[in-house]
Amino acid sequence: MPDDNRYFSALGRAALLGAALCGWPLAADAAGAIDKQDFDQVQRGHYLAIAGDCAACHTLPGSGHDFAGGRVIETPFGHLVAPNITPDPLTGIGAWTDDEFVDALTNGTGRHGDRLYPAMPYTYYTKMTRQDALAIRAYLNTVPAVHNAVKSDQLPFPLDMRISMAGWDALFFTPGAFKPDPAKSAQWNRGAYLTEGLGHCGMCHTPKNALGADDAGKTLQGYALQGWFAPDITNDPRRGIGSWSVDQIAAYLKNGQNGVIVGNGLMAETIHLSTSRMTDADVRAIAVYLKDRPGDAAKRQRQAEEQPPASDAAAAKAGAQIYADECSGCHAPDGKGVANLFPSLHGTPFVQQTDATNLIHVVLRGGLGVATKAAPTAPEMPAFAWVLDDDQVASLLTYIRGAWGNAAPSVTPGDVGKQRAALAERSD
Amino acid sequence: MPRKLPHKDVAIIGLGWTGSILANELTDAGLDVVAIERGPWRDTATDFAISYAQDELRYRIRHELFLRNSQISVTFRNNAGQTALPVRTWGAFMLGNGVGGAGVHWNAETWRFLPTDFMLKSHLTQRYGASFLPPDMTIQDWGIAWNDIEPYYDAFEYLCGTSGRAGNLDGNIQNGGNPFEGPRSRPYPTPPQKQGYGHTLFAEAAAKLGYKPFPQPSGNLSQAYTNPLGVTLAPCTYCGFCEWFGCANNSKASPQTTVLPVLLRKSNFEGRTECEVTRINLDNTGKRATGVSFVDASGEEYEQPADLVLLCAFSLFNVQLLLLSGIGTAYDPSTGQGQIGRNFTHQTMSSALGFFDKDKYNFNPFVASGAIGMCIDEFNGDNFDHGPLGFVGGGYIGQVQTNGRPIESTAVPPGTPAWGSKWKQAIKDNYLSTINSGGACHASMYAYRDNYLSLDPTYKDRFGRPLVRITIDFHDNEIKMSNFLTDKYAELLQAMGAKQIVKKPRKAPYDVTQYQTSHLNGGAIMGDNPGNSALNRYLQSWDVPNLFVMGASAFPQNAGYNPTGTVGALAFWAAKAIRSQYLKNPGPLVHA
Repeated sequence: MPDDNRYFSALGRAALLGAALCGWPLAADAAGAIDKQDFDQVQRGHYLAIAGDCAACHTLPGSGHDFAGGRVIETPFGHLVAPNITPDPLTGIGAWTDDEFVDALTNGTGRHGDRLYPAMPYTYYTKMTRQDALAIRAYLNTVPAVHNAVKSDQLPFPLDMRISMAGWDALFFTPGAFKPDPAKSAQWNRGAYLTEGLGHCGMCHTPKNALGADDAGKTLQGYALQGWFAPDITNDPRRGIGSWSVDQIAAYLKNGQNGVIVGNGLMAETIHLSTSRMTDADVRAIAVYLKDRPGDAAKRQRQAEEQPPASDAAAAKAGAQIYADECSGCHAPDGKGVANLFPSLHGTPFVQQTDATNLIHVVLRGGLGVATKAAPTAPEMPAFAWVLDDDQVASLLTYIRGAWGNAAPSVTPGDVGKQRAALAERSD
Repeated sequence: MPRKLPHKDVAIIGLGWTGSILANELTDAGLDVVAIERGPWRDTATDFAISYAQDELRYRIRHELFLRNSQISVTFRNNAGQTALPVRTWGAFMLGNGVGGAGVHWNAETWRFLPTDFMLKSHLTQRYGASFLPPDMTIQDWGIAWNDIEPYYDAFEYLCGTSGRAGNLDGNIQNGGNPFEGPRSRPYPTPPQKQGYGHTLFAEAAAKLGYKPFPQPSGNLSQAYTNPLGVTLAPCTYCGFCEWFGCANNSKASPQTTVLPVLLRKSNFEGRTECEVTRINLDNTGKRATGVSFVDASGEEYEQPADLVLLCAFSLFNVQLLLLSGIGTAYDPSTGQGQIGRNFTHQTMSSALGFFDKDKYNFNPFVASGAIGMCIDEFNGDNFDHGPLGFVGGGYIGQVQTNGRPIESTAVPPGTPAWGSKWKQAIKDNYLSTINSGGACHASMYAYRDNYLSLDPTYKDRFGRPLVRITIDFHDNEIKMSNFLTDKYAELLQAMGAKQIVKKPRKAPYDVTQYQTSHLNGGAIMGDNPGNSALNRYLQSWDVPNLFVMGASAFPQNAGYNPTGTVGALAFWAAKAIRSQYLKNPGPLVHA
């Protein structure tokens, strides 16, 4: 994948100009409008689209068509397909007015007043200012228009009736722009705006209730999705980012690695498309804000009382031998790995999540670390599904989760078997 | 009709060490580059994963990483009086295949040649007189001097993270390094590897005998390292599976672990694997390459037009493609005329087995790496007076035992039965207490009028193209040298305390079934004029100026070292010339 930023192509501008001459409706400026032809606004919109990671859903990887939609979004309720948000007037958003665009982004309202599904993170984007939303529009106006009709809604009855979302919104959606906390620094507030708003980190990292809404009491404490577990990113010292400095969090977001761990799985994509392209100041602001997320104190108390899983001493012993044979060549006998290359397993939050999904995933399937400009290595981990059976994987992970001062629940062969079967169904 | 592909600025044939380095340099220069590789895509986690990489049967015995002889082979004979026959399983050398080329399976010994190696003919003639050299020896100078190439050795070592100890920093001799090396501009990027007991004992014995032992420069890294491209390598675990194997933990310098992560992400780079280049195409003047033709795995033929063609295949196949494409004039040994195929050389390897008292010595030979070892350089190149000895050339001598792998680490003293319980007992008794350093004497092979490459008149590849034919034999000069070096090594084994020593000097005739090294050189050599070389000092073809030919095929003769350091240095040297001179003014960089 090319490293360079998404471009403002001459083609895109030509397409826009052509369309404008053909007379499709470029919305009349409404109150609070910005000059959408203004270079600075387009640039700002481009940056905001990166921070909001619009491409993650709206660009089908490998399609070569930025923002033309078509990517399947998995939800616990069924599949949605991200729509085309290029300026194409028929299949994209070219014909939308600014108000319609802002309303969709920040209020979850479709063009004709219907409700969007919250796979579109309007529950987060609602914190965005109108100016920012319009800047994103200004940028999206410049990308090449692609004619690509997408049928977004592939949910089963009755969820396919968008009206059902009105009730959901009434329960779980709190519209309203971000309100800075005057007691906190400007940096903290910028971090909060990016994390809770544009960056919509909680979409993956916050546990969901039965209806798929964020569990408000557990913000950023980790959630399983798409074969992975988006880990706890509160300041929890064991499972969250509590053991990392602001510098380390910022380095992870910007460079994809921080001397402890290398970004992989779904986060590798987020780093590639979004955080590595953000400014140093913004990733630091996010880091400062995350360091101030307390996490779950009661859970921490329970963790403090938790001992390494002694009941599985036999499994851990077998696991230690498997570790020596298969893992220690890269992750080192002390579990500390090699900075910027092989992740440390020694006291790292990645290893100590309550939910062992990620560990099982990478042992079975292997992994591919993210490459960034600053850290281009993109280290790989081989797959072990073919050589280790469920018992062996469980023993290995039970060992790792109790070694070197780590403390996390044992992994059972059943856990591994379940995930082996689930991964076999996945095409990604 | 071949399908004609869109034009590229640069077409690179082969994506091994030199192809990767050149592709990275020229994409940095903004050019649109395609690399066409005959073999498969290969990478660490997917192709030599830690759970199976250390498999001696699969990789060493069955040659999994190497070219299949059914895809392409070579023919061999000792002299022009014989009829060459095709090689049906690799023996004397192993030919790499796939992305990374031989850089995947090398031992990673990362040497520099001596300053005098680059002006060998003039140096030896000046010191000993022209009549000292055998009349049929065709050695010559390279057309470059030490100060030309030193910065590019440095570039390659810093790309690889080479582990070693400097012996000559800007003219100041350093304790513990090789005092004979040419002046280097800065230390090795990482400190030397740790040494095993056998290697340490050798160094002690060498010092006792008055030599200056030093650690072998190693591309198996002593510590983690991030190279100037930002790519990180891991520390070596001393597993003892380097040569013939891919490294499972990113600790051996290879294109995969140093360049490719950066190259593959560039939008102006394209790689095509499983595509075999069949010809370099020329325009009707025969003086300009228009691109290359290749065939993919489905048998589809393509034409890839390009402004600049870089021939970056293995040495033998560089020469074969030049001959098949009608570039330059084929060498004729009867007249000495023609440059393509001339001055083909290999290496003169020899060793000795040292059996030690098993109750006193435990060498744990399995704790090793491909480039571990302690060496001396007193008997390399012209570091010693050849006058009384009656030969030229030499090599480094070292305890460079790379492994204790089970299938082949079965050296037993002479007189042991070849099978049965006594044989098994002898292996048990000797496995831990034998010094079995296969490359102990790593010596030069100089060029001769009758050692050369040509197209075979009989045997053809799957496309009907003639195979490349090797005509090579050892000459008295190399045999004398090998005896001399082997004796010196045996003295060292004696000083180490061996109770029994079995000398194995190199013997003629050259045997294509017995492994030496995979260091095949020459055939398209560099030099200072088109009358004695195929390439100018920048590795640019004298005949077709928009063609550069990388690799050891450019060596006028071989030195007493492993070639990869020099191959890498020449690649950076050529890249600099292309970027700073050729691109500004495409045409011959040296006017004949």
